Amino acid sequence: MTVISKKDVEHVALLARLALTDEEKETFTGQLAQILEHAGKIQALDTTAVPPTSHVASLTNVLRPDEIRPCLTSEEALSNAPKQEDGGFAVPKIV
Amino acid sequence: MAYEIVIGLEIHVELNTRSKMFCGCPVTFGEVPNTAVCPVCLGHPGVLPVVNAQAVEAAALIGLSLNCAIAPNNEFARKNYFYPDMPKDYQISQFDLPIAIGGYLDVGDRGQTRRIGITRVHMEEDTGKLIHKGATGRIHGADRSVVDFNRAGVPLMEIVSEPDMRTATEARAFLVKLRSILLALGVSNCNMEEGSLRCDANVSLREFGDTELGVKTEVKNMNSFKALQRALEYEVERQTSLLTHGERVIQETRHWDDAGGATTSMRSKEEAHDYRYFPDPDLVAIVMDPAEVERLRAGLPELPDARAERLGREFGLSDDDAKILALNKPLGDFLEETVAGGAAAGKAANWLLHELAAELNRTDTEIEDAAFTPRHLIDLLQLIDAGTISGKMAKEIFKTSFATGRLPAAIVKETGNVQITDTDALGKIVDEVLAANPQAIEDLKNGQERAIGFLVGQIMRLTQGKASPDAVNKLIRAKLR
Ligand SMILES: [Zn+2]
Repeated sequence: MTVISKKDVEHVALLARLALTDEEKETFTGQLAQILEHAGKIQALDTTAVPPTSHVASLTNVLRPDEIRPCLTSEEALSNAPKQEDGGFAVPKIV
Repeated sequence: MAYEIVIGLEIHVELNTRSKMFCGCPVTFGEVPNTAVCPVCLGHPGVLPVVNAQAVEAAALIGLSLNCAIAPNNEFARKNYFYPDMPKDYQISQFDLPIAIGGYLDVGDRGQTRRIGITRVHMEEDTGKLIHKGATGRIHGADRSVVDFNRAGVPLMEIVSEPDMRTATEARAFLVKLRSILLALGVSNCNMEEGSLRCDANVSLREFGDTELGVKTEVKNMNSFKALQRALEYEVERQTSLLTHGERVIQETRHWDDAGGATTSMRSKEEAHDYRYFPDPDLVAIVMDPAEVERLRAGLPELPDARAERLGREFGLSDDDAKILALNKPLGDFLEETVAGGAAAGKAANWLLHELAAELNRTDTEIEDAAFTPRHLIDLLQLIDAGTISGKMAKEIFKTSFATGRLPAAIVKETGNVQITDTDALGKIVDEVLAANPQAIEDLKNGQERAIGFLVGQIMRLTQGKASPDAVNKLIRAKLR
């Protein structure tokens, strides 16, 4: 059974903004299929009595009080920006 | 053919907490770009978000005030998308386990309210602001954009209604009511123009009797109550026209252009949303302690429905007046403060809803920013009650007081513009007017009551409106007896 098609890989690549060559698409289709198959084994287990686990850490309610902490200066914030303009991060055109 | 209108709303409200949702940067508006930012809200590698406890409490309060159930266990998820307004390339939101679900809000007038379902309330973070650079200043035609992340990470609550609204007016009433509740809770400034309250609408039509929903469009960019109503009316008409001509409605997002008075299709290529939500591994679940939820419920402030009922009962106001004052918190607060200062509620409410409301509207002023305060209104009403000024003079003095912030008593003292109640001074003028108008006296003696109005009018004219109409009336009758 094919768990993932080349079309799925193309879709995921598009969502991740990855430009893949045809060869890479073939490679990843195979690799992703293997990974999903492996994960699929877990689905064979009966988990009706197991609550969904979104975290392995048994922590809840990690909260902080509503207090202001020091910020970066705008120079610091922009220091790694490839391009800046008017105190902002300049980005290429969007549409 | 008439179609049934189906409207559901999605409201985003920015909380007015001190700090952001997941970091200690301040919540600001209009600051210098990128000065309220830190490695967390800039999405630097290796940082950890930590939830603002105050934002969780505010979210729970919103849920409770909308009659929702508070989820004992709620979680954050990553909503993945690429857009430069989010530095992480995902927005932290809630997906399958929101903090509040299944509530309602009653909208409409007493006796004919409709119950609008609330699907959910969830917590997320706001995005940054994009400034498009280029010839037009709009996204289309821009050759680059500049990002300010000051708003990125500000606590944002999303409130989703059921598709229960049936007219544009009802949708507007829902939003007005919701805003008044949020203001009563004090959790947000709810300023639609500044974007701290934003509303999107899902609109579809179907034949009456259908249980399936029709194809919907999502309308965005409605920045005022009026814009919401106009946009919905436009969209309903557009869809009706399509359907009656045998065409189909296309599921898409449409942008309301307030100046042009129309909705236009937003590019639909990227429409197929695939956000690939998954639990955020950086944030653990929030478990709501039932006792804590009950403590919050007990501490809920008086909400608009209860306030309208109380204002009507305590102050003897009409249902309509009480409702307007309850839905507009600052106006209601103004009234209560005025009454607490000793003014009669009915008279105070009258001034508030007419003279003051008109002046606020005319000068485009928020009541909180007005120089005319409850103290000014108390002062003005006292002058009227004492007979120092007439109702007509009060309107003039009010305008001066509103414009300058000076107390009415001070204005009266300075101008010496007081009502003439002194019988001796008035007596002379009354005698003069009676002597000059024998016909009116004749008419009055013959039972034509209208004649007294004419005589009073003459006296008011001679005194430039300063005579007390009451005193004049009494004097004329006494002299003719
Ligand atoms: Zn920050």
